[in-house]
Amino acid sequence: MATGIRDKVAIVGMGCTKFGELWDKGAEDLMVEAYKEAIEDAGIEPKEIQAAWLATCYEEINIGKSAMPLSTTLKLPFIPVTRVENLCASGTEAFRAACYAVASGAYDMVLALGVEKLKDTGYGGLPELSFTFGTRNRMIFPNVTAPGAFAMMATRYFARYGIDPEEGKRTLARISVKSHHNGALNPKAHLRREITIEDVLKAPIVAWPLGLYDCCGVSDGAAAAIITTPEIAKGLRQDFVRVKALQVAVTSGEELMYQAWDGTHVESTVRAAVRAYEEAGIKNPREEIGVMEIHDCFSITELVTYEDLGISPRGKASDDVNNGFFDLDGQIPCQPDGGLKCFGHPIGASGLRMMYEVYKQLQGKAGERQVKDPKLGLTHNLGGFPPHSVVSVAIVGE
Amino acid sequence: MVGILSYGAYVPRYRLSRKAIFDAVGWFAPATRGYARGEKAVANYDEDSLSMGVEAARACLRSKESVYALYFASTTPPYMERQNSAIVAHALNLPDSVEAVDLTGSMKAGTAALLAAFDSVKSGRAPAAMAVAADARLAKVASAQEHLFGDAAAALLVGNGDPLASLLGSYTVSCDFVDYRRSTKNDFGKAWEERWIRDIGYGRLIQEALSGLLKQQGISPKLLAKVAFPCPYSAVRKKIAARMGIDPTKVQENVHQLIGDAGVAMPMLLLVSALEESKPGDLIAVASYGNGAQALLLKVEKGIGVYKKGLWQRALSRRAEMSYEKYLAFKELVPLELGIRGEEVAPTALSVLWRERKAVLGLVGSRCKRCGTPVYPPQRVCVNPQCKAMDEMEDYPFAERKGKLFTFTADNLAFSMNPPALYGVVDFEGGGRYWFDLTDCALEELKVGMEVKMTFRRKYVDKNRSIFGYFWKAVPVIEGGE
Repeated sequence: MATGIRDKVAIVGMGCTKFGELWDKGAEDLMVEAYKEAIEDAGIEPKEIQAAWLATCYEEINIGKSAMPLSTTLKLPFIPVTRVENLCASGTEAFRAACYAVASGAYDMVLALGVEKLKDTGYGGLPELSFTFGTRNRMIFPNVTAPGAFAMMATRYFARYGIDPEEGKRTLARISVKSHHNGALNPKAHLRREITIEDVLKAPIVAWPLGLYDCCGVSDGAAAAIITTPEIAKGLRQDFVRVKALQVAVTSGEELMYQAWDGTHVESTVRAAVRAYEEAGIKNPREEIGVMEIHDCFSITELVTYEDLGISPRGKASDDVNNGFFDLDGQIPCQPDGGLKCFGHPIGASGLRMMYEVYKQLQGKAGERQVKDPKLGLTHNLGGFPPHSVVSVAIVGE
Repeated sequence: MVGILSYGAYVPRYRLSRKAIFDAVGWFAPATRGYARGEKAVANYDEDSLSMGVEAARACLRSKESVYALYFASTTPPYMERQNSAIVAHALNLPDSVEAVDLTGSMKAGTAALLAAFDSVKSGRAPAAMAVAADARLAKVASAQEHLFGDAAAALLVGNGDPLASLLGSYTVSCDFVDYRRSTKNDFGKAWEERWIRDIGYGRLIQEALSGLLKQQGISPKLLAKVAFPCPYSAVRKKIAARMGIDPTKVQENVHQLIGDAGVAMPMLLLVSALEESKPGDLIAVASYGNGAQALLLKVEKGIGVYKKGLWQRALSRRAEMSYEKYLAFKELVPLELGIRGEEVAPTALSVLWRERKAVLGLVGSRCKRCGTPVYPPQRVCVNPQCKAMDEMEDYPFAERKGKLFTFTADNLAFSMNPPALYGVVDFEGGGRYWFDLTDCALEELKVGMEVKMTFRRKYVDKNRSIFGYFWKAVPVIEGGE
């Protein structure tokens, strides 16, 4: 009988670079910076690391295939290093692999590092998707981009709940305004400017009905975690963080190819969350979760994720948004670091960047952004598109 | 009896006003003022002669007739080498055993395709054969041809049965009358003097073919119910009728002011429009023009009485305006800054296209024999979460199924020749869902839940690798707006 990952492994060190359009830095610089902070934070020597996992998504740009860019950059001494790729969940997948390796007893000190150098394409947005999904899909996939794919969920959400698009956009705007408020407090964020609802509503449309401020930025960055056993962690520091749940759910294909999906939620998130709460022993997430970093690639994604995670009732997330439930001083502060909205989304790094914030929040080291005494923190990544997704949900706590 | 069993026509949704052409470039070519009346049909950015031909053929294949031979005529086939008719056949989901033939080189190719279809059926080689004619000829800016040329397609199905019309005979004049020429090295043709083309080309050669046909058949011109031939000059049309002793009201109304000269498709479209207005016993003479002329004599048969008409008016009624600037861009007559995203085209794996040709070109999915769930693209394992049967699938074509627009967006980030890129998720009647590009519409026309139809289009163009990536898009059925 599988017993899950709960309390079997600990995070003893984390690092995260400043995210942004880092024209003067390559992926090598970012990997070294995140790694350096993580091992210094853990108080370990590089030679203590027994295995490593590297998360990157795009190989057309960035550092290409394989784990060798990590091992050769950090001069890791012929230890096992594995590259992990699962779209936007890549960072959390590297973290999950590292945790499972420690839990299995195969190793007791490992590294998970995610890095993505996106700003080398020559144009805005993510690299052209027609290259990304294989030789058949490029012949049949529509002319889709990430903003467009998620915008279709907003179109459907508004239609299903009878929300006038102008009214709906106002609720979505509230989500981005909240994240910008938090990001402005965070020196590591890419976008550090407060915005108003009017700014969001007046911004140019990227993919109708989503405007510029409904979309996260595109940036470069890296983040890393050192994972060990709780026993070893105790010898290194008192405020280490325990892993409570690690779940991934990947679409069966039915949302896009079968008519049951309603278009206003992400099924993979629902499935991963249910399993994560069970693994972590959480009965009522709305009451028990203290802080969340969810995959706010677009404002609409954040809105439906509140519902998919079982925090807000179906169709009612806007009430929580408008009541400040997810604000920094709300009941479950969400995106306290500014989220993807303000960090941008260097794909491989994002999951570990979210974990970095939750780790700091649980340790009480989040400075101006510190949430009041959180006991459990949740991170969520959504790769692919609403009807065609890979989702990770991780829960960590004291 | 062998004859025409059904017909189809396709006119693209968009029209370019000739006044708009003259207003823009008339300063350079004041002599084109005389042409600047009416409008012409222009292909959307994702259409070409082949895709329009497919649409005309689909309109023609109204029931589940099988087609054993397919003749595709065009002077503007997208490929010089790679059989265009074979692509059309895949789009129509015809079996690989189809006899597919391309005809090109002259505007006579349309009627030649129709004769070939009759020959293959009459010889017993094919129980049913289809002639498809389509053109989208490119004209230089400020040329007479820019006013004259329009884009459209037509299709006729020939077979045994209770036909709409039978073929009594044909008469062909082939000669090196070089009114207009285009070599394989050039995108644009060159024309000789217009007055010569008007008087000798249209005026003499068409008459020669028509007169030859009537003489050969021993039929007096007065017995003709309708005469149809392409000729943009109304004075010449009248003159031909007068000289031959044909009542000028019997000359089929020219559609030059509505769609322009659609090349090889023109005589076929005129024949379609004539058939729509005819009754059993009518004699119709139809002629094509190009390096000579080719005339066919058809007798309208009893089948016309029960044939559902209105297709021609429907084809014409779907109409929206296109600006001259957009037309120039879509026809690639001005170099647009596409941006790096627009310049990047993922290579097409042709071995994958071969393996998946039914799914990609024919929009054929699969249906689970156990639970009946249809799915696109085809799957080995049933997508119904309650079923998941493995390897119990049969082919299931989606192209002719109606759909409902489940959701949509207008994307300004995605590269499109006609931004914003419109796409959405389509739920098919009877099951099956997938996401598709949307075309022939604007964001303001879209609503969740509206009806859509599938249409065969260029999904992408990879110029460097000589690839036109054909696939299917969804077109909203816009009530009252067509």
